[in-house]
Amino acid sequence: MKKKVLTVDDSRTIRNMLLVTLNNAGFETIQAEDGVEGLEVLEDANPDVIVTDINMPRLDGFGFIEGVRKNEKYRAIPILVLTTESDAEKKNRARQAGATGWIVKPFDPTKLIDAIERVTA
Amino acid sequence: MDMNEIKEIFFQECEEQLAELESGLLRLNDGDRDPETVNAVFRAVHSIKGGAGAFGLDDLVSFAHVFETTLDCVRSNKLEPTQEVLKVMLKSADVLADLTNVARDGGSVDQARSAQLIRELEALAKGEAPPAAATPAPVAAAPKAAPVAKAAPAPVAAAPLVNDEGFMPVAFSFDDFGGEEESVSDLPAYDIVFKPKSELYTKGNEATLLLRDLSRLGEMSIHCNMDNLPGLDQMDPETAYFSWKISIKTDKGEDAIRSVFEFAEWDCDLEVTALDAGEAGEGSDDDLPMQPVPFDLSVLDGEPDAPIGVVEEEEQLAAAAAAQEAAVAAAETASNVLQMAGNAARASAADKGAAATAAAQNNAQQAASAAAPTIRVDLDRVDRLINLVGELVINQAMLSQSVIENDSNGVSSINMGLEELQQLTREIQDSVMAIRAQPVKPVFQRMARTVREIADITGKSVRLVTEGENTEVDKTVIDKLAEPLTHMIRNAVDHGLEMPEKRLAAGKPAEGTVKLTAKHRSGRIVIELSDDGAGINRERVRQKAIDNDLIAADANLSDEEIDNLIFHAGFSTAEKVSDLSGRGVGMDVVKRSIQALGGRINISSKPGHGSVFTMSLPLTLAVLDGMVVTVAGQTLVVPLTAIVETLQPDAASIHSFGATQRLISIRNSFCPLVDVGRILNFRATQANPVEGVALLVESEGGGQRALMVDAIQGQRQVVIKSLEANYTHVPGIAAATILGDGRVALILDVDAVVAASRGQSLQQESSLAAAG
Repeated sequence: MKKKVLTVDDSRTIRNMLLVTLNNAGFETIQAEDGVEGLEVLEDANPDVIVTDINMPRLDGFGFIEGVRKNEKYRAIPILVLTTESDAEKKNRARQAGATGWIVKPFDPTKLIDAIERVTA
Repeated sequence: MDMNEIKEIFFQECEEQLAELESGLLRLNDGDRDPETVNAVFRAVHSIKGGAGAFGLDDLVSFAHVFETTLDCVRSNKLEPTQEVLKVMLKSADVLADLTNVARDGGSVDQARSAQLIRELEALAKGEAPPAAATPAPVAAAPKAAPVAKAAPAPVAAAPLVNDEGFMPVAFSFDDFGGEEESVSDLPAYDIVFKPKSELYTKGNEATLLLRDLSRLGEMSIHCNMDNLPGLDQMDPETAYFSWKISIKTDKGEDAIRSVFEFAEWDCDLEVTALDAGEAGEGSDDDLPMQPVPFDLSVLDGEPDAPIGVVEEEEQLAAAAAAQEAAVAAAETASNVLQMAGNAARASAADKGAAATAAAQNNAQQAASAAAPTIRVDLDRVDRLINLVGELVINQAMLSQSVIENDSNGVSSINMGLEELQQLTREIQDSVMAIRAQPVKPVFQRMARTVREIADITGKSVRLVTEGENTEVDKTVIDKLAEPLTHMIRNAVDHGLEMPEKRLAAGKPAEGTVKLTAKHRSGRIVIELSDDGAGINRERVRQKAIDNDLIAADANLSDEEIDNLIFHAGFSTAEKVSDLSGRGVGMDVVKRSIQALGGRINISSKPGHGSVFTMSLPLTLAVLDGMVVTVAGQTLVVPLTAIVETLQPDAASIHSFGATQRLISIRNSFCPLVDVGRILNFRATQANPVEGVALLVESEGGGQRALMVDAIQGQRQVVIKSLEANYTHVPGIAAATILGDGRVALILDVDAVVAASRGQSLQQESSLAAAG
């Protein structure tokens, strides 16, 4: 069975890259444009892993992760954060919100798939 | 979809983000202090940087990075967005736009300018006043792209990293592990003690997966310490009880081992000890009583739902591990339900608070427009649809015509059905046209930049006010509007507005105002560009026109006629060729581009108070309402917008003037009579005006002409088919169309015909058009 990935990112460019990379790697991909939409589609999407951006309108990545962790069903789901640079403070906040790991931009397909493999069975 | 397509999307997105950036900065400039505005501005730059990084556009990344850093200071209230600060930021937005364009289209950017802005931005971020442009520092000050994955290696010392807050990402690739197994016994050996904390599991990490990753580094043996595991009755399912001791032989080094625990290092105690060669595999059980656990990867690679962990004799252990696993996943439902209910209540309260704030911010309209669902469609598809609808209109007209010809009584049900069809077709056409309609906002926003640049070059202080940015018009019109508008704005600032001292002396504010407005008026879009400058210096214009032999020295011209002289070819009002007019073109070219869009342009000026340019443009270039007329046996279409009125001349109102000219008297004024058939060379001699119909048309200069045609067939909306695409430009003819009877009719270029009647031949007119 294909693993399902929910990606949350407001950038159309990054969304497309995620989609292409994940589909090529054999994942099923569901996409949301910001944290609010991410939480809305969470139940229906029923993902195995989540990849989320931090800077987003309406609800940012921190808020989104907290929202996911509050959901009984998804409190232990692996969540990877896309971060632009190794900003320790941002990473800590993401971790405190409940992020599992991170992928450092610039976007690199290999790094993305590696990171997903590392947190999923 | 391949990378090139995504890159295309990236550049499209950049354009949107740049527009967002600019409008956000302008809002801040107007005193908007809504945090969301700052956030939106920050996100715009951040997004551009993120995408640019993915495509390796380093120049763009490094500039965006500096810009973003400074914006972050504003976002965190470390930097007050004063006018000075925003001025730097607006310029930076311009440079960012340039860098984006260069990344897409090639070419080069003004390195000095971007280096200067980087310095200014950095100074702002440090809380200094921006350095003056006059003291350029070395360009090398530009920072490199943000550091990426391959950062400093983790500390080599075996000290636990638990409290280390300064996380450093480490490049990690499975490619490294593809090589053939070496002779294991020769490899360096490590002892690892891995003790997860409960947080490791709550963040979605999984000890089993970490051990799996570790096993890929080399041959290893695992010992699980279950000493801390209490009886089931005392077990807290949320707590981590196990720790592992791992012995591994690998040539990948300690960094590779630590990088396996990259995501977990905060949430576990981790000790990695390099062993001497002979020590491997033994002497490691000293302090911890451990059972060796064969690590079976095949379990993980199989069904995800299969129990994880251990096989054979370690069933007991497996059961315990599974129990803990299950318990962690299941958790205490009741308490969580309560917690969630509480959260929901808080969330809805927060929602209400947010809604109230939003309402107070008076951004309701913006929010509404942002919320409207949209889809993106290739322009090609829309154009194909428009073309098809055009064909449909023609087909419907042909059908109507043949029914009328074959149906003598004319009131049959077929006829009524056809009328409905006509109405529906028209509605479909309007709806399809609406798809192409876009607000003029992007063009107006580009003008803001033009104003800034020219203000900088001329040393004038200028404020651009825009109105009616959401007025919609066909995309083709928008695309072609930018160039003439840019030139007019340049003119308005360069020639229209006075220098600040002069303005103050005249009792005006030092800052000049250029106002750009758009509105719909009777099926056209009207764009007005006004300035509060000195207005047109008629004496000077007149003198210049006389010097250039445009008018006779004793010509008697009205103010309006003098103002319109600036639209004449080769006319330049600037006394010295400034930086701007040097690279610019005359207003005649502006006029021509507006005319090419089927538009008109006029100027009205008040000395001391400024000038107003008014452009009126069709909403679409695909259809027009036309009057179908007959000239010398040919069917022509005259654009309805050009026609003021139609009249049937009688002999008494026709007056001869000179050898060939004739005038018609209309309500006590004379108007030149132009025989369209003669001008277009349809016939050798002029037709008798009394036998035809006169169409009173207004041309660009505001002057009227009476165009003589033989007969009027009716009014009709026609689909414009370009002649130039398949044939060439025909002087006096704007385009062609297909009529209901299937015949091709030419659409008259009224302005060209009027110009020709002034004495210029159509050939001259066309060569001028080509030059423009």
